[in-house]
Amino acid sequence: MIASEIIKLIAALMVLLGSIMAIISAYGLLRLPDVYTRSHAGTKSTTLAVLLTLSGVFIYFWATEHYFSIRLVLGIVFLYLTAPVAGHLICRAAYVTGIDTEKIVKKEKVPENLK
Amino acid sequence: MPIQFLLNLLIALLWVFLNDESTFEIPTFISGFLIGIGIIFMLHRFFGTPFYLKRVLSMIKLLAIFNYELITSSLLIMKQILTHSKEVEPGIFTYKTELDNDWHITALALLLMLTPGSVVLRVSPEGDTFYIHAMDIKESKPSVLKSIRLYEKVILEVARP
Repeated sequence: MIASEIIKLIAALMVLLGSIMAIISAYGLLRLPDVYTRSHAGTKSTTLAVLLTLSGVFIYFWATEHYFSIRLVLGIVFLYLTAPVAGHLICRAAYVTGIDTEKIVKKEKVPENLK
Repeated sequence: MPIQFLLNLLIALLWVFLNDESTFEIPTFISGFLIGIGIIFMLHRFFGTPFYLKRVLSMIKLLAIFNYELITSSLLIMKQILTHSKEVEPGIFTYKTELDNDWHITALALLLMLTPGSVVLRVSPEGDTFYIHAMDIKESKPSVLKSIRLYEKVILEVARP
């Protein structure tokens, strides 16, 4: 049963890596200066963190109990679909209400009717 | 193109019936489906449409590119979080896309949210101009533009192979 031990180890490493990434991106949410740079931290690395954790759990249950969890796969799919949409909407709302726009150093002109 | 998939399912079902087993066996169905893929592949030029698995292949390619970009962008953003300096210049730039279908533009916007160093702020009402916020505009603008072109190419491949 050495193969299943190796797979268990890989799953554990994936969960560990995912949680480290989640911590780093939470730290980034606190540390970065304005809404837009924070949303960079909030969309990209958290997506990968949750993705790694869910895949680790999926692999673990598949290797140990031969249980193909459809719910975890659905979770991964919906994460892919919803995380970018949420990030875009938060950025857009912040931009429309004019929060932190002076912190954007270099900008190309955005037409008034889009504000 | 859906007709090819339906035919493939029909061949798989026929294969299950011809095997004449007492219950419905999934492995038999899968082997029938594989045989159907072979038959459809040999016959697809008579249908006048491209082989339907070609579209599936380009979808897999899109997913692979997407995952690759997600991993590189996460590494980049973590590097920027841990070694954040005052010198980065956040900025906005525009990109005018050639895609015209609403679904293609939505897919492109979703992909752009997860590429290294870019967040889509607004899409113009006509749906052809993206206003993109970049973490460090000098560094990431060329790479973002490069990956946008790649995405457009692959999205069009999925849409009309």
